[in-house]
Order: sequence, then C-alpha cells, then structure tokens
Amino acid sequence: MSLDRTDVDKIAHLARLQIEEQDAPEYAQNLSNILDLVNQMQAVDTTDVLPMAHPLDAAQRLRSDNVTEDNQRELLQSVAPAVENGLFLVPKVIE
Amino acid sequence: MFDKTLAELAIGLKTGQFSSVELTQAYLARIKAEDDKYNSFITVTDELALEQAAKADAAIAAGNAGTFTGLPIAHKDIFCTQGVRTSCASKMLDNFVSPYNATIVDKFNQAGAVTLGKTNMDEFAMGSSNESSFYGPCSNPWNTDYVPGGSSGGSAAAVSAQLTPAATGSDTGGSIRQPAALCGITGLKPTYGRVSRYGMIAFASSLDQGGPMTKTAEDAAIMLNVMAGFDQRDSTSADRDVPDYTAELNKPLEGLRIGLPKEFFSGDINADIAAQTQAAIKEFETLGATVKEVSLPNTALSIPAYYIIAPAEASSNLSRFDGVRYGYRCENPTDLEDLYKRSRGEGFGPEVKRRILVGAYALSEGFYDAYYNKAQQIRRLIRDDFSKVLSEVDVIMGPTTPHPAFKIGEKSSDPVAMYMEDIFTLSLNLAGLPGMSIPCGTIDGLPTGLQIIGDYFAEQKLLNVAHQFQLATDWHKQSPQGI
Repeated sequence: MSLDRTDVDKIAHLARLQIEEQDAPEYAQNLSNILDLVNQMQAVDTTDVLPMAHPLDAAQRLRSDNVTEDNQRELLQSVAPAVENGLFLVPKVIE
Repeated sequence: MFDKTLAELAIGLKTGQFSSVELTQAYLARIKAEDDKYNSFITVTDELALEQAAKADAAIAAGNAGTFTGLPIAHKDIFCTQGVRTSCASKMLDNFVSPYNATIVDKFNQAGAVTLGKTNMDEFAMGSSNESSFYGPCSNPWNTDYVPGGSSGGSAAAVSAQLTPAATGSDTGGSIRQPAALCGITGLKPTYGRVSRYGMIAFASSLDQGGPMTKTAEDAAIMLNVMAGFDQRDSTSADRDVPDYTAELNKPLEGLRIGLPKEFFSGDINADIAAQTQAAIKEFETLGATVKEVSLPNTALSIPAYYIIAPAEASSNLSRFDGVRYGYRCENPTDLEDLYKRSRGEGFGPEVKRRILVGAYALSEGFYDAYYNKAQQIRRLIRDDFSKVLSEVDVIMGPTTPHPAFKIGEKSSDPVAMYMEDIFTLSLNLAGLPGMSIPCGTIDGLPTGLQIIGDYFAEQKLLNVAHQFQLATDWHKQSPQGI
C-alpha cells in the first residue's frame, strides 16, 4: 500500500492540517509503512464478528434534561486567543 | 527520606517525624537540584505545593488527616490542573492554563495530597519513548542515554529518580506499564472506566485510562483508593462500588492460577527478558501458585487494530484544537481555513500529525469498513481470547515489553519499529482489562518488567499478587546507580 503526495495533501486537507512542502514526502512514506502494518488485519476472516466499540459493551448513560452546570463563560474564555464581548474572534468569514 | 514509599511517608507524617511542609521543601529542592539530568518535569508548582502542604499540616495537627494527607505526588501533564499550565507536552497547549481540574486532581486535592508539579510525556500521550515532547526528551535515570519509555516517561523517571514518591499516569496502549517497566517502578492500568477520564486530555477515548505509578504495589493501592470511582462527568465511567484496594494485599497466593500465553514468549523478544519473566514465575510457584500455558492467538493483531483505532479516535478528539477557543493560534491568518490549518500545522509535532493523518484516512469515505470497522471486529476477537483464558486462570503473566529501554534517537525515525515495542501492552487496552507492571530484573543496568493481567475490575487481585511478590523479592527496591 503506497500513498503519494496527492493522497497526503487530500487527507491533510480533510484534517485541516497544514503539512510543510518539504515534509510531505516523509509523511507519505511513514503513512504508507503504517498502512502496510495495519493491512495485516485484512488477512483475518471477521465475517459475523460484531464490531466492539466499548470493552464492556456498555450502553450510553442518560440523564434528565436539567441544567446542572453554572455559567462560567468568562473563566472558560480566559484561555481563548481572541475574545470580544463574550464572543470568540476569527478572521472574517462573510464579506 | 527519598527512598521512602507513600505508606512509609504517611506514618512519618502522622507520627510527627517530619511535617508535610518539610517533606515538600525537601522534594522541591531535590527536583531543582537533580532534574536537569532527566527533564522529567515540565512545570514545578512550588507555591501550590507549599500552600497544600501547610494546609495538610494544619489538618494533621487538628486530627483531621486521612491516609493521603500531606503526601507529595506529581501529575502527568495530561491532567488538567486549575491555575497551572497543562500542556500535554505540546506547543499547542504551551499557553494553556487550565480553568478547571481533572476529576482525579480534585480527588487528590480533597484527599490532602501535595502537587509537586506536572511531568513530561510524549506529546498528547502519543509515543513509547517520551521523545515527542515539545519540551524535549526525558532521560532514563538508570542510564541517561536511554529513553524512560512513554508516554508517561516523565512520571516514571521522576519516581525512579526519587524526585517524587509517586505520580499519576495515563495508559492508552501501555503508557503506564511500559515506562514503569523501563524505569524499574510499579505501574497499574486499571480496568477501562475505573478511573475518571474527565479533565484527562483525550487521546483515544475508548482506550484511555488513568492510573498510579509508584515504588510499590502497596503504594499503587493507596493511590488507586483515591483515584477510582464513578464520575457523572465521564460518559464511560464504571458505575460500581470501589473496594479498599489495600484490604487484600496480604492474602496468601496459595492456589493462585497463573496463565502464561505462549505468544508472549515467542517471536522478537530479548532472551534475558524471557528468562527473567520465567524466574519471576518460578517465584510465584514457591509462593503456592500453579502455572499453565495458555494461548492468546490474536496477540499480533493487537498492533494493527490499535494503530487504526487509536489514531482514528485521536483524529476526531484532536479536531477540538482549532486555534479558536484555546491553545495555540497562528500569526496573521488570512481566512478561517488558514487559521485552522496553520494553527494545527504549527501547533502539533510530527508524531501527532502522523496519527491525525492515519486516523483521518481510516475514517474517510470509502475506507471506514476496511479499517475502523475491521479493527473493531478484531478488537472483539482479542477480547474473547482473554475472556476464554481468564475463565481458566486467575491472572495472566508475561513480560511487559519485548526489550529493555533503547537509546534516545534509536527508533525516532522509524514509527513502525517503535509501534512494535507495544506488542504486549496494547491488547489490554483494546480489551479494557486491568494490568500491572512490576520490576523483575535488570539487563546491562536497565530494568525489566513483569506484566500481570487480571479480569475486569480485578485490581484488588493484581495488587495482592504484586504485593506478595514484592514481599518475597527486592527488585522493586533497586534504584539507579547514584540514587
């Protein structure tokens, strides 16, 4: 299994991750090696085996729909890169 | 004093041999003097520690002290600690001063513990060598040219170098047990869900589990007594009673049934490690245990299954680091996409990027069934192997790692070679089972570990088995030269 530059660029875009031009060939090589490793799985017959998402096959817990947390907006926004009037600032998205 | 266990220090505090402030000052001074050699701490929390120690002394004087009151520990820098930088060893969170505490940090605070600082680790817990830390690699106190293991390498090195009597760790594929083995200390990964994940920065949510890293099994029991328990804030927390983990430490091992998986003693494994594991098992036989060979036929598949499931969950979990709400933000973004891509590209290191890319690929359209679904099916096969064996024996034993510690830099350019070192630890996380590593020998001056695996929620049994071994042997009492 071998991935090329185009594949890496496509995956990096899906992950919204900038990869430096000069690093791309190494990532392509690393990823190809990792995929070779994980492709060992394909040799195993798993027909009728149920995928296991939780080790104890637990079901999602539910709770009643009540407010249980205090409003801590200022505290939680204290670690944000850019905030104004309680809003997170990002570059303009609508012209 | 620095060679004392938590249990011994607790007696010293209660009988007035020393105060918590004295103990804390001594450890802080030792960290300052010695940690240049190891780089095991990312942040030392002097002020917080002395404040907590003074409070503990007041509680002791007032007669309100619990078992843990005044005992110093360190937290892996994956556990959010209010008012303290919690970096996860990433540039992404270098500026992140956590606005809240992880549940286990709260629990230790309530128990009266003293926080000495935050320990080094692989970036976002992704690694087996502590080399991927943004703050530089951490060294193995037994030989500083060697890695301490990872990802909880800083916690293991700090306990081994006696810079803290104990530390917390987290284990997604071996990150408590492997560094414990490589640094000659005791490490316990509890059953999935036993210890709250709330505030433990997420790597792979269906595998992550916090646990203690200590000098002895008895200390691990004392720490687990504080850490374990149901937490409303962790959606996969186990809603079960917490026993007193120290209660059965002294049970004799007469009649204990040990299973040795043949797959753990074949293939690419250091011959001395295999021999030392066998010697440890002989010791258990003299303590009254019976031993039989068992089989975990899908052991080798744990590597491919893990290296799909963990990156897939990581790529999803780490999507929260977007340069908007907290963490690193790139300079002068031209638009929102540029903000996302460059903040993440500049904020994450190479191993984290590799895993995000693998995970994003495995989850992308057209590949889900071949990779993620297939890996989850194999996960069930691995779990079923364990269930079958654990219906016939009480515990499973084998080496924690196939090799002792390797040199810093030796495997850092070959991710796949590094992944192969996790062969004996990954399967427990996939199955959700508890496991321990305890020291059982040394090779050329580097420690080796014995892994003990038990059934779900059998931590009491594991601790009992490990404690009885430590009463009969002194591998756990060995320290690196000069320490």
